Amino acid sequence: MAEFTLPANSKVGTGKSHKAPAGAKRTKAFKIYRWNPEDGQNPRVDSFEIDLDQCAPMVLDALIKIKTEIDTTVTFRRSCREGICGSCAMNIDGTNTLACLKPIDEVSGDCTIYPLPHMPVIKDLVPDLKVPYAQYASIKPWLQTESAAPPDTERRQSPEERAKLDGLWECVLCFCCSTSCPSYWWNGDRYLGPAILLQAYRWIADSRDERTGERLDALEDPFRLYRCHTIMNCTKTCPKNLNPAKAIAEIKKLMVMRR
Amino acid sequence: MAPAYRIVDHTYDVIVVGAGGAGLRATLGMTMEGLKTACVTKVFPTRSHTVAAQGGIGAALGNMGDGDNWRFHMYDTVKGSDWLGDQDAIEYMCRNAIPAVIELEHYGVPFSRTEEGKIYQRPFGGHTIDWGKGMAKRACAAADRTGHAILHTLYQQSLRHGAEFFVEYFALDLMMDEDGACQGVVAWNLEDGTIHRFRAHLTVLATGGYGRVYQSCTSAHTCTGDGNAMVLRAGLPLQDMEFTQFHPTGIFGSGCLITEGARGEGGYLTNAQGERFMERYAPTAKDLASRDVVSRAMTVEINEGRGVGADKDHIFLHLEHLDPKVLHERLPGISETARIFAGVEVTKEPIPVLPTVHYNMGGAPTNYKAEAIRPTRDNPDAVCPGLMAIGEAACVSVHGANRLGTNSLLDLVVFGRAAAHRAVELVKPGTGHKPLAPTAADRALARLDRMRNAKGATAVGKIRMDMQRTMQNHCAVFRTDVLLDAGAKKMDQVAASMADVVIADRSLIWNSDLVEALELDNLMGQALVSIYSARARKESRGAHAHEDHKERDDKNWMKHTVAWLDDKNNVTIDYRPVHMYTLSNETEVIPPKARVY
Ligand SMILES: Cc1cc2nc3c(=O)[nH]c(=O)nc-3n(C[C@H](O)[C@H](O)[C@H](O)COP(=O)(O)OP(=O)(O)OC[C@H]3O[C@@H](n4cnc5c(N)ncnc54)[C@H](O)[C@@H]3O)c2cc1C
Ligand code: SF4
Ligand code: SF4
Ligand code: FES
Repeated sequence: MAEFTLPANSKVGTGKSHKAPAGAKRTKAFKIYRWNPEDGQNPRVDSFEIDLDQCAPMVLDALIKIKTEIDTTVTFRRSCREGICGSCAMNIDGTNTLACLKPIDEVSGDCTIYPLPHMPVIKDLVPDLKVPYAQYASIKPWLQTESAAPPDTERRQSPEERAKLDGLWECVLCFCCSTSCPSYWWNGDRYLGPAILLQAYRWIADSRDERTGERLDALEDPFRLYRCHTIMNCTKTCPKNLNPAKAIAEIKKLMVMRR
Repeated sequence: MAPAYRIVDHTYDVIVVGAGGAGLRATLGMTMEGLKTACVTKVFPTRSHTVAAQGGIGAALGNMGDGDNWRFHMYDTVKGSDWLGDQDAIEYMCRNAIPAVIELEHYGVPFSRTEEGKIYQRPFGGHTIDWGKGMAKRACAAADRTGHAILHTLYQQSLRHGAEFFVEYFALDLMMDEDGACQGVVAWNLEDGTIHRFRAHLTVLATGGYGRVYQSCTSAHTCTGDGNAMVLRAGLPLQDMEFTQFHPTGIFGSGCLITEGARGEGGYLTNAQGERFMERYAPTAKDLASRDVVSRAMTVEINEGRGVGADKDHIFLHLEHLDPKVLHERLPGISETARIFAGVEVTKEPIPVLPTVHYNMGGAPTNYKAEAIRPTRDNPDAVCPGLMAIGEAACVSVHGANRLGTNSLLDLVVFGRAAAHRAVELVKPGTGHKPLAPTAADRALARLDRMRNAKGATAVGKIRMDMQRTMQNHCAVFRTDVLLDAGAKKMDQVAASMADVVIADRSLIWNSDLVEALELDNLMGQALVSIYSARARKESRGAHAHEDHKERDDKNWMKHTVAWLDDKNNVTIDYRPVHMYTLSNETEVIPPKARVY
């Protein structure tokens, strides 16, 4: 399913192969995409066999083990190791997900690891996310109000109103969804993609926000919103079990209602 | 001679290093005040460790009708600190908690709500009303993902106000002038390998804690205390580094956190006999006693053979008696975390937990205006011009010897805001800058270059493991003279082994091999000052529980440790007085007394 943006004229070659240590009983091969912008070489896939009995359960644990013990040049982002920072998004076994939440034993056979598809690669598994970050800023993802906030107390919001934000605000901006969306692959410069549209809806759904009209106006455009063809890859892939496709459908519904 | 790197120069009024809760709140405040501000961060802002904070942010709003008052909050914080906290700073934090949290709500934080539509508040360890007589509901929560809610909101507000960010820039070292004032910071742009000299009137360190000094911790891989290490290399001291908080409920094995809010919502701990043992150790607060108290009790239970599991080496946390609706609404994050990292369905079975390194009370000493302190013989409160520190990197000190849950998120926003207020007083926009010496970045570059070309024989991962094991075995929940002496000697050897480090990646673009080596070097200095500071303190106070000196000794030890590290890894230790005074006369100093929960 996944396709990747590679440097011009380059093919992904077969790289180095590292065997499991002697005596390992339960081994698995991790096939990792490698590309170093500084060495002038084509991308390649290196294979690392590791002893699963000496490794913690998640794919991120395996990557860290490989980096620490076999090849310290393997490069990827990681921080929280508990699925909340959104750093370790990558394509594992054909699906975009967070490496720290992906159990190794959910992958049968060799485990292939590629960067998030269709994003420029900076190095190995590190994609350049400047475009989605800028798209995030473009939707004005902050509370916008006309009325002044009460001086010494909170704006009131009922538990029911607040519940409308559940499933929206928890997004970790990992972009697993956007980079699994065919519409985003082909129109990523103009289509906002599921991650950003989910965030747009997060503010539309907030009872405290008073600029729903302007927010909808800004999305009323053949590309920004309407490139979503309800393919649902986004919802299937979200490692936080959020439902961007539904959020997009809600926005479309509001668009229809106000016509 | 400095090696050849491509160097880019920048000039700002203020440079903030770090984009966690503290760094973002400061950046936002300074930008709104019209100061030319840049924020330099090694991870994209919303990936900072603040995003992982779960349980809540403390403020005596009294939304739950418990009659809460900021003076109770102050009392709890002083008591929680085991009287090592500075009471002027604690008063400042607890009073300002209320407007600071309201402000967060106005910024858009998706707090959970009460039926009346106010911010929902839950009980948390060590937070009481009426000077310890009952448990307070003070932790303002966004489910159990409060840090995520706050961090994302602060980033959104920073976007709104057009704050300038330098993302995935790894700060290397401070630039100090010949008078010892800070002139800015040198950073390495991971994306293209260039070096940047950021010159500024004020440099604010908001680089977070150094949990990764230990083998098992709740904090992220990026929590390597880089700012603290820069402080040491600039010849400035760190304060109270012996005080490391062990959180009672890290998941056994992975170390991932289960928030204290789980006990706030009614969870409890049991030993192998199924006994709710906290009732013996803390008859009033029970499972909601202060963290140091609960972690010690758990460790005693395990040491005395009452741990659970095949090896009797952990404790159970029970949530299965709670209403599934409460779990779903208020603790969805930890329900998920327990499933993924412990294989436990919290509605059916208990979670295996163990005290786990969680928070660093120590850091760069500052006053309540966030200015860094460079104590001298005559003036223990002397300020280091040009430098500020906030958040977990700083030691204000509001947490003293033991931090209360929810007081860190609070510390971030209150002192991030205070830093902005102070910056406006100190920096007039448009003021000219003192010229930078051409050699200002040399020290940073020499270190970078040495590490980048390290050709020894010992892997970064090996040295890191040696350090983490040594600290875990010698400087953990219970300490003794023998353990600390041996640990300090071992740490000297581990630190010396850095001379033999090797790295394989010599590139400059996203060289994460080099980043990890530099982070290890940063951790090493902090491990050294931590264990030496611990070895010197012959009493028990807060998180420093010393088996050979079991009592708190206010006569000799009610003082902050300050520790310097020279370039030969020698630690020098001195002390400065605790501030036993308040800022205003609207509250009184809380005199020391025995600490029972
Ligand atoms: C799992 C967990 C749960 C917690 N829950 C709570 C809670 O419920 N309530 C509470 O009050 N506290 C809680 N805490 C504590 C609290 O979250 C932290 O103390 C706090 O978030 C630290 O914030 P900070 O802004 O100081 O640093 P961080 O959020 O750690 O941010 C550090 C920043 O500095 C940057 N940085 C670091 N080094 C460099 C460098 N060399 N160059 C450039 N940038 C650099 C990083 O990129 C990052 O942006 C929790 C902690 C953990 C581990
Ligand atoms: S549902 Fe829309 S956003 Fe999601 S993958 Fe399909 S086209 Fe993309
Ligand atoms: S919606 Fe899910 S997949 Fe998409 S960015 Fe947010 S957390 Fe990641
Ligand atoms: S490391 Fe933070 S989401 Fe995986």
